[in-house]
Amino acid sequence: MRFWRSTVGKKTVMAVSGAIMLLYLVFHMAGNLKVFFGPDEMNGYAHWLRTVGEPVLHHEWFLWIARVALLAAVVGHATAAYQLSRRDVAARPVGYRHRRARTSYATRTMRWGGVIIALFLVWHILDLTTGTVNPNGEAGRPYENIVAAFHTWYGNTIYIVAMLAVGLHIRHGFYGAAQTLGAGGRTRDRLLKATANGLALLLTVGFLSVPVGVMTGIVE
Amino acid sequence: MNLTLRIWRQRDPESPGAMTTYEVADISPDMSFLEMLDTLNEELILRGEEPVAFDHDCREGICGACGVVINGDAHGPERTTTCQLHMRSFEDGDTIDVEPWRAAAFPVVKDLVVDRSAFDRIIGSGGYVTAPTGSAPEAHATPVPKPSADTAFEHAECIGCGACVAACPNGSAMLFTSAKVVHLNSLPQGAPERESRVLDMVDTMDAEGFGGCTVTGMCTTVCPKGIPLSSISTMNREFLRATRRGGRPD
Ligand code: HEM
Ligand code: FES
Repeated sequence: MRFWRSTVGKKTVMAVSGAIMLLYLVFHMAGNLKVFFGPDEMNGYAHWLRTVGEPVLHHEWFLWIARVALLAAVVGHATAAYQLSRRDVAARPVGYRHRRARTSYATRTMRWGGVIIALFLVWHILDLTTGTVNPNGEAGRPYENIVAAFHTWYGNTIYIVAMLAVGLHIRHGFYGAAQTLGAGGRTRDRLLKATANGLALLLTVGFLSVPVGVMTGIVE
Repeated sequence: MNLTLRIWRQRDPESPGAMTTYEVADISPDMSFLEMLDTLNEELILRGEEPVAFDHDCREGICGACGVVINGDAHGPERTTTCQLHMRSFEDGDTIDVEPWRAAAFPVVKDLVVDRSAFDRIIGSGGYVTAPTGSAPEAHATPVPKPSADTAFEHAECIGCGACVAACPNGSAMLFTSAKVVHLNSLPQGAPERESRVLDMVDTMDAEGFGGCTVTGMCTTVCPKGIPLSSISTMNREFLRATRRGGRPD
């Protein structure tokens, strides 16, 4: 298809799939804050997630629809990113002898940051969805599983590194997506950058509050 | 001023090429960068050596021929063309690195000269308006609203020097292509080909081997004519609009 073949088309796929994931992250982060209100509220919320849409939808259907949509977004985002990156690297086969990095840190770390987040995603699902690598790993008891995960040094390290990567990724990603979707403009760029920074900060701080809460004993 | 120059020397497109060091003495701060290179070349010719090949034409900042990368910056430390860059932007005793534009779509021809004809092919695929030629049209036949005229003029300033491609870490030609798309698509004269123009020019840009845009903003930082980054966003908007319409005009 002409659209998918072009660099602008692939970037559009990245922008739309990124927006879907970003929307999901906002809800996910807010849901995670339930951990501060105790096991009943957190576990009750996780149970409710499985009953959303009933009786129109069957038990857990809403969850599965969301999972399929998110999987499609992840696959589309990663495929376009991979193909575009290959093109970009091939377009500058010989570098400059006189080098200096002049783009921002968030901009420079988009590719490796994306890979780190993808690896985190695998760990995260094995940890808190399937419970495979979780020290507690009890289905239907996310509160206890979260507390157990953040009682390990590796759990804390993985989550903190990943959340910082997510923040940086959103910081440049949101701004870039807005440009790709044609929302950029001379006066609007400052607003877009401020929104990107605000969203990145909100999500990073919100997500990080959970492991920090467990580490400091606020959540037990 | 006495300067040490490290210049990329490459005999022809196939040869490997290397940075070669030269000393130049008694350079006036009022010389342009190209005049400084002329001084070096005169010496090289007297010594019986091959002069450094570099592109240039107007030497007044309007033709876009003279681009080289100076100390890692396209057109050097000032936001202007290399021919309009003066040696007073440097210090006595400086070491200056001079390299050609680097992009797969801009192969090196010799030393600092690259082949920028990929730009011509992008223009050829849609960077024009189809109009009957012959006698001049009546000036009031097609009124152009003032804001459209201003946008068109601003983007028409692009001289096709290629600094945007040279500075972009992805070797992307999005700023160049968008300047022409926005220039013509904002005018009533460009309206009949509004959709095919953007689709065809983006296709050609991709086919020539330029990279994609990751919104680093490097292109607009080095553009001697100040083409804004927002022109890329406007082109994306035009591209999505044309795609929605299946490439057909209104
Ligand atoms: C401190 C940060 C985080 C915590 C404590 C956390 C916690 C959780 C928990 C408990 C679940 C399981 C929910 C349930 O089954 O009811 C979950 C699912 C999920 N999380 Fe996170 N999460 C965090 C950050 C993230 C981030 C940054 C991402 C995205 C990059 C993410 C992506 C997902 C996805 C995609 C699922 C759904 C997996 C599935 O159900 O198939 N999480 N998270
Ligand atoms: S020589 Fe024409 S722009 Fe520099």
